[in-house]
Amino acid sequence: MTKKRSLLLALIFASGLVACGEKPAPAPKAAEPAKSAAPAPEAKAEAPAITDTLKKIADTGVIKIGHRDASIPFSYLDGDQKPVGYGVDICLKIADAVKAKLNKPDIKVEFVPVTSQTRIPILTGGNIDVECGSTTNSVKRQEQVSFAPTYFVTGTKIIVKKSSGIKGYDDLKGKTVVFTTGTTNERAMKAYNDEKKLDINFIPSKDHAESFLAVETGRAVAFPMDDILLYSLKASAKNPDDYVVIGDFLSDDPYAPMIRKGDPEFKKLVDGVLGDLYKSGEINKLYAKWFESKIPPKGINLNFPMSAGLKEAIKNPNDTGVGDCGKMKC
Amino acid sequence: MDFSFLNQPAFSGGGVYLDWVISGLKWTLLVSILGWIIAFSVGSLLGILRTAPVAWLRVPATIYVELFRNVPLLVQMFIWYFVVPEIVPKAVGDWLKTQMPMPEFSNAVLCLGFYTASRVAEQVRSGIQSMPRGQTSAALAMGLTLPQTYRHVLLPMAYRIVIPPMTTEFLTIFKNSSVALTIGVLELTAQARQISEYTFRTFEIFTVATIIYALITLTVTFSMRWLENKTRVPGYVGGSSK
Repeated sequence: MTKKRSLLLALIFASGLVACGEKPAPAPKAAEPAKSAAPAPEAKAEAPAITDTLKKIADTGVIKIGHRDASIPFSYLDGDQKPVGYGVDICLKIADAVKAKLNKPDIKVEFVPVTSQTRIPILTGGNIDVECGSTTNSVKRQEQVSFAPTYFVTGTKIIVKKSSGIKGYDDLKGKTVVFTTGTTNERAMKAYNDEKKLDINFIPSKDHAESFLAVETGRAVAFPMDDILLYSLKASAKNPDDYVVIGDFLSDDPYAPMIRKGDPEFKKLVDGVLGDLYKSGEINKLYAKWFESKIPPKGINLNFPMSAGLKEAIKNPNDTGVGDCGKMKC
Repeated sequence: MDFSFLNQPAFSGGGVYLDWVISGLKWTLLVSILGWIIAFSVGSLLGILRTAPVAWLRVPATIYVELFRNVPLLVQMFIWYFVVPEIVPKAVGDWLKTQMPMPEFSNAVLCLGFYTASRVAEQVRSGIQSMPRGQTSAALAMGLTLPQTYRHVLLPMAYRIVIPPMTTEFLTIFKNSSVALTIGVLELTAQARQISEYTFRTFEIFTVATIIYALITLTVTFSMRWLENKTRVPGYVGGSSK
């Protein structure tokens, strides 16, 4: 009996903590009633029309953006440990659109760090509202979450040390390969391994920086990842010339901002933000800023011209996910 | 809750997801039990040394305990796995990284073993020091050497006294073994995370993992209680616990 009761207490305590985490900062809350005193009943009447995410942001006064720590140049920490990147810029545009839509310029933007493994549960759990990182839009993930239009197109390749002499996937037979857990690349590499019976010894790792460290220190010979991330890891390595990115695309990976499922209102807003970016051509400036200029923290330039796939995705915005086989057309 | 996913074919490796759980359980048990063997032997030695009457035996043991007890386990795991191979001579480092059988597993066992040893040492020391001083004096007066005094007088009772706190350490090593996932050992927690990633059955799979951990720790608790009763000296400390 007492055990049951204490368990219950623990649960209540835990949920209390969660609730605390979602409470808005006191300042906007205090400002809110004064400002919206008159239109309040109207807003209430409209309540069913406002989707969950927008309502949540309006209620809490905070929009929470999920960011990554080493997805260069999409979403990563700069020299001051501040999240920056191509995706972060796009997420900030989404935040601006939310402020405009709700007519609340004082909505706070809060950044929440996520990993490949935690991004989906954290999003569905409500602790972030949108993630703009290096997340592949896949049919499998669409069972859990929803995606905005594709904003980058890449695919799985591997990075190896030049000195390893590895020229293609089949040279990995019996070797050790490190992967970041929870990525589409993990699936693609494992499927290839099963198919070709390469007998690869896999070691899991928690983020891209750690995976790359395993290749750098010689723990693993290869790291399968989206090629753009491999090029940026290579560019920021101690000795970039020691590494080489090889292979044909093992999988297609269209990146897109990730939002909660079943929230058409919020999706429309996010789709609109990206659509405007694409139509106005502003996306080209943003692309040049992150892929063809010097970027923080080290001032490297990725020199990665826009691919035909991305040009196509900008011309015809779409949120088609990659199929279960790892390719756009299964 | 729907547990049918456990019987679905796993994404890779041929079997079903239940096989992943079983494989995770196997590694959890292996890491913990091998780690405990190291922890118990090294820890016992250190615990005895910490009560030695001469400083040159006592001081190194004390330094070891303070070092290993005060550095977080996660940090130690990373040091063993990422730092040690880089600071030893290159040939040894390369061996550690590529030739050593199951490098992640071996690292995890060593790290967990040496960390827990520092805690076991403290338990053994407290057991020895809880013995009345007179016992040592009496044993020495009867002509036993100091090692004989430890072997026949102090340790037999000290170990009995510390069975309850030792149970806690033994339980803790099973739970701490989950830290091994950070260096890539696919033990129970790592497998649970992996399965949740592939099936999105997060709640169910962690329920399964929780139940398995609970079963392991309950088994340990009951076997240690059995051991305690079995080795009990009638009329002595803890003798009334029945």
